[in-house]
Amino acid sequence: MKKVLVEANINGETVEFLCEARQSLLETLRDVLNLTGSKEGCLTGDCGACSVMVDGRVVCSCLMLGAEAAGKNITTVEGLATGNQLHPLQQKFLENAALQCGICTPGFLVAAKALIDKNPNPSEEEVRYALAGNLCRCTGYDKIVRAVIEAAKAVKSGAAESRAGAR
Amino acid sequence: MAEATSNRKFRVIGTRPIRHDGVDKVTGRAKYGADYSFPGMLHGKVLRSPHAHAVIKSIKVDKALKLPGVKAIITADDLPEAPNKMQQAGEMAINPSHLSRNILARGKVLYDGHAIAAVAATSPHIAEEALKLIEVDYEVLPPVMTVEAAMKPGAPILIPDLRNNEEGDKQTNVAQHMQFKRGDLDKGFKAADYVVEREFKTAMVHQGYIEPHNAVAIYNNDGQATIYCSTQGAFDVRSLSAQVVGVEPGKIKVVPAEIGGGFGGKTTVYLEPLALALSKKTGKPVKLVMTRSEVLRASGPTSGSTIKIKMGCTKDGKITAAQVWMAYEAGGFPGSPVVAGAMCILAPYDFENLLIDAYDVVVNRPKTAAYRAPGATNAAMASETVLDELAEKCGIDPLDMRIKNGVKEGSAHPAGPPYKRIGYIQTCEAIKNSPHYKSKLEGPNRGRGVATGFWFNAGMQSSATVNIHADGSASVVTGSPDIGGSRVSMAMITAEVLGLEVTDVRPLTADTDSIGHTDVTGGSRVTFATGMAVYEAAQDAVRQLRERAAKLWERKVEDVEMKDGKLTAKGNGVPPMSVKEIASKLGRTGGPITGRASVNARGVGAAFAATCVDVEVDPETFKVQILRCTVAQDAGKAIHPSYVEGQMQGGTAQGIGWALNEEYIYDDKGILRNSGLLDYRMPTCLDLPMIETIIVEEPNPGHPLGVRGVGEVSIVPPPAAVANAIYRAIGVRMTELPMSPPRLLKASLKRGGAADAHSAAAD
Amino acid sequence: MHARPGGLVTLHELNYAAPNSVAEAVQILRQHGENARPLAGGTDIIIQMRAGVRHPTHLVDVKKIPELRELSFDAKSGLKLGAAAACVEVYENRDVKRHYPGLAEAAHLIGSLQIQNRAAVGGNLCNGSPAADTTPALIVLGARARIAGPNGEREVAVEDFCVSPGRTVLQPGELLVQILIPAPAPNSSDAYLRLIPRNEMDIAVVGAGVALTLDGDKVKAARVALAAVAPRPLFVAKAGEALAGKKLDDASIAAAARAAMDASTPIDDMRGTAEYRKHVVGVLTRRAIKIAAQRARNAGKA
Repeated sequence: MKKVLVEANINGETVEFLCEARQSLLETLRDVLNLTGSKEGCLTGDCGACSVMVDGRVVCSCLMLGAEAAGKNITTVEGLATGNQLHPLQQKFLENAALQCGICTPGFLVAAKALIDKNPNPSEEEVRYALAGNLCRCTGYDKIVRAVIEAAKAVKSGAAESRAGAR
Repeated sequence: MAEATSNRKFRVIGTRPIRHDGVDKVTGRAKYGADYSFPGMLHGKVLRSPHAHAVIKSIKVDKALKLPGVKAIITADDLPEAPNKMQQAGEMAINPSHLSRNILARGKVLYDGHAIAAVAATSPHIAEEALKLIEVDYEVLPPVMTVEAAMKPGAPILIPDLRNNEEGDKQTNVAQHMQFKRGDLDKGFKAADYVVEREFKTAMVHQGYIEPHNAVAIYNNDGQATIYCSTQGAFDVRSLSAQVVGVEPGKIKVVPAEIGGGFGGKTTVYLEPLALALSKKTGKPVKLVMTRSEVLRASGPTSGSTIKIKMGCTKDGKITAAQVWMAYEAGGFPGSPVVAGAMCILAPYDFENLLIDAYDVVVNRPKTAAYRAPGATNAAMASETVLDELAEKCGIDPLDMRIKNGVKEGSAHPAGPPYKRIGYIQTCEAIKNSPHYKSKLEGPNRGRGVATGFWFNAGMQSSATVNIHADGSASVVTGSPDIGGSRVSMAMITAEVLGLEVTDVRPLTADTDSIGHTDVTGGSRVTFATGMAVYEAAQDAVRQLRERAAKLWERKVEDVEMKDGKLTAKGNGVPPMSVKEIASKLGRTGGPITGRASVNARGVGAAFAATCVDVEVDPETFKVQILRCTVAQDAGKAIHPSYVEGQMQGGTAQGIGWALNEEYIYDDKGILRNSGLLDYRMPTCLDLPMIETIIVEEPNPGHPLGVRGVGEVSIVPPPAAVANAIYRAIGVRMTELPMSPPRLLKASLKRGGAADAHSAAAD
Repeated sequence: MHARPGGLVTLHELNYAAPNSVAEAVQILRQHGENARPLAGGTDIIIQMRAGVRHPTHLVDVKKIPELRELSFDAKSGLKLGAAAACVEVYENRDVKRHYPGLAEAAHLIGSLQIQNRAAVGGNLCNGSPAADTTPALIVLGARARIAGPNGEREVAVEDFCVSPGRTVLQPGELLVQILIPAPAPNSSDAYLRLIPRNEMDIAVVGAGVALTLDGDKVKAARVALAAVAPRPLFVAKAGEALAGKKLDDASIAAAARAAMDASTPIDDMRGTAEYRKHVVGVLTRRAIKIAAQRARNAGKA
């Protein structure tokens, strides 16, 4: 099985790796790069547990080949925190008990980040629409939606603070 | 046993701290079963039957073995013959023959997806290619897919040596018939002013955990083995795997990984014995992970069912009699939750005259496994909609109907002594007084429905240790895998008793070597029973701490107590000492302190929930939207309210999926058509509103903190609540689950509903 | 043997190539014939490979070919929609939103955001599913498919592109390059509606696309196409004829809906019953006509 040499930017770092043509991006992240944060739930793009961001857009990594990552900027759940500082989404998920078993949480965090990066002030409806591709079986989504709305507000006020600080 | 905990003030219990494992889970660091990897590890894949019902005439593996990279293949011949009778396996009662045959088929395959062989190879891709090279010769038999078909005289027999408790030596597909009888049924119906009789059909549904099954086994050359897996019960994995593979349980250590959902479906074994057997054969670690298709085809869903129910009441709404005939699909091997369903179906109502006939029926579907209050949701769909009809006939508010007939302390309990203090009526009243129920629902095609539910909850065995460290922190070790955030509650109980901050207590779920026997995380028992063990272990530590303080202060131990979180000497003269302060002195005063406890928990408190749902039904497409939803549940005492709310919301969401769109769809050959999450339709974020929760606290007198298990009962009322709401929205009484749009259209046409008018207009 | 969703990709040999030109892509496709398949969004082909429905040994990633990524609008010649342009690019495009809102809404209905960020409208067409959402939206706009192959280029009307479930007019070696949509006439607009059991994620149980050109309170021209109720995306000429030249009112709308219902040949499957689908064809056709008409009136005012 011939392997493909791929160079991509993953969570802010340039990474070079070899993968088989038949390995999905999900398999590549988990089995080749040891980034096991993204999860396999269905392999058909119906659960979103494998969600990663590619050039700022959320996609199912199970439906992309590792080879297709060439030249792309990929963000996984492992790339959301800055050093030891959690992203407000991660913090709000914890404060709101927006996870029970936690298996869907990486996918939700990535999808939520993609949402609030583009839409800093989402309504409940907009949050629900943006997260409709991520299944959760434990929470009934209530606390997840609340966490995302709170996180969006926190990001906005944090941004306002740092702008204020910079003046 | 316990004083009314509603009177006690707690420092930690009842607050909402961040869970200790939270940071790992939001950063992707937490290790679930499929995340484990070991040097030299092989990958396993399972060959599964493409037929619903067939005799296996031969299995040839030689071509597959020759494929480069394949290291071993096992079939049922590699497993010991298992006895065909109920036996203890560890702490469970199982039929070893059925369990073993479900793990790897022997002689016959009984459902589409039934495992036949397992391959270990150097990559998962090679393992899957090898499956294609295994040659199986089948004699295909006609599939039996419904309880009606299975119970018909002359039906094809699934298990030739299956006998039930009634038909002597006759071959049958009815594994068990149980009857519950009380009072005088005829007299009861004669006393009724109104009688409603309906027949219900509910479809088979799956727990739907997002994480597929997984297992990694390492069998060492000294005969000691370790299994890593996502499971609800490490000790059960140990005993069942040992039983199936023919290894001593004492030689197996099971390490429970983090688990991505279970809901009862991960309380048994599928891949663990295969991984163990393959590792034994190859001498290497072996990892198996199910695909979603395998999860749906071959891991246990819960039963579809047929339930006929007849209920009578007086004109002022008192139930006088009820009769039930219920048959549940067991799947390929016996063991549906029909008996539990039979004990739940009339459990919330206080009346005398009943007759219930319950049938456990094998069909060519996967062997069913537990699913959150197993058996009760099917039952409530029947009882709670018929009760709704009776309420309407009597002109009584549906919640008042429940309150009027509801069980309370002293009422007869279906499965044991009369109820102690319970909260059924209180949950109904909580809904009645809720902002939701008090609000007006306006607009066409909208309706509001309510329903209630009961679940026994379980006690069973748990062990716990609490270690006091020299720096004054503590660790609390249990054997209960954490599927919903329970470990933080264990830390909170420990912190409360020891006067510590919850951040100074580290909770840990241990492997089977590191903690005493602990039964599954299931049955709504962790906060109840493991919490009880933790409480007692912490109290055991307190006893020892009091002895040390007494020694230090040269006082009698009876004169030292734990008061407001500090060790305090009666009278005056000695300032109170915190656990932190005494911790550094432990070495000098006798050594480290470990509190321990093991319980076989008695005093289980029954669980009740009530759910209110507002729906809107599109009068042309019959698509149902859930507009608003509120659930009230008696938690006894909520240790961590956020996670209690989470259980209530999660169970409600699953119940709504069960109500509206989830079902197993088989074709006429018995092949599962929707073995993926595209067509097995679980609710998405966009399908649900916020789920309002009301935690009722009627303390359970059987628990030191008043705890009642909360994990299950919230799934019981929603299908009936949604059905009752649909009735009020468009005037159609549904008796089939799921209530998908095509079924609503059909029912509406039958009734001559709105759809008729539109079809006529288009002509 | 039934397709089982969600197994592993098990091909012994899978080759991946990412050519930079149409000519290169055609050359690889022609060389490997039935064993090669273009790869755009991957959201259908990867699932099919796992389920054992398709078994290409060569995947030709077409996302580096400029013509297939093009998305350009011209008031005279209309829209050039590159075959590999993702749904998200289509529905975020200002010209598409303005001139072809029905196409934008069809692209926004597919799957989830994760799917829309990858799946290509052209890929959806080539997949040949009778339930594809964007195909009826293209048909009612009079779209044409521009195909390149070993023997040169050809154009096919989108309503003739799909032949039967999973099969299109593409021959081995051929590649869909672009979809060409005519410039909208004045007082025109379109709409696409879909019925699914949940609110997201599902494949259409029924889909209805409508494009209308108004002339006062009369319909100048109308086209209606349906998803998921025939062996291929269904252009219902008779439904458009029931509206053309007539006053737009309940009677003409009902006649169009009736024609759509009569033309549909839905089946019972795990997504819906034939009875239900036929009924919903009428409902969605009526509703889509009304939406398209309202938009056409607004477009006229703009």
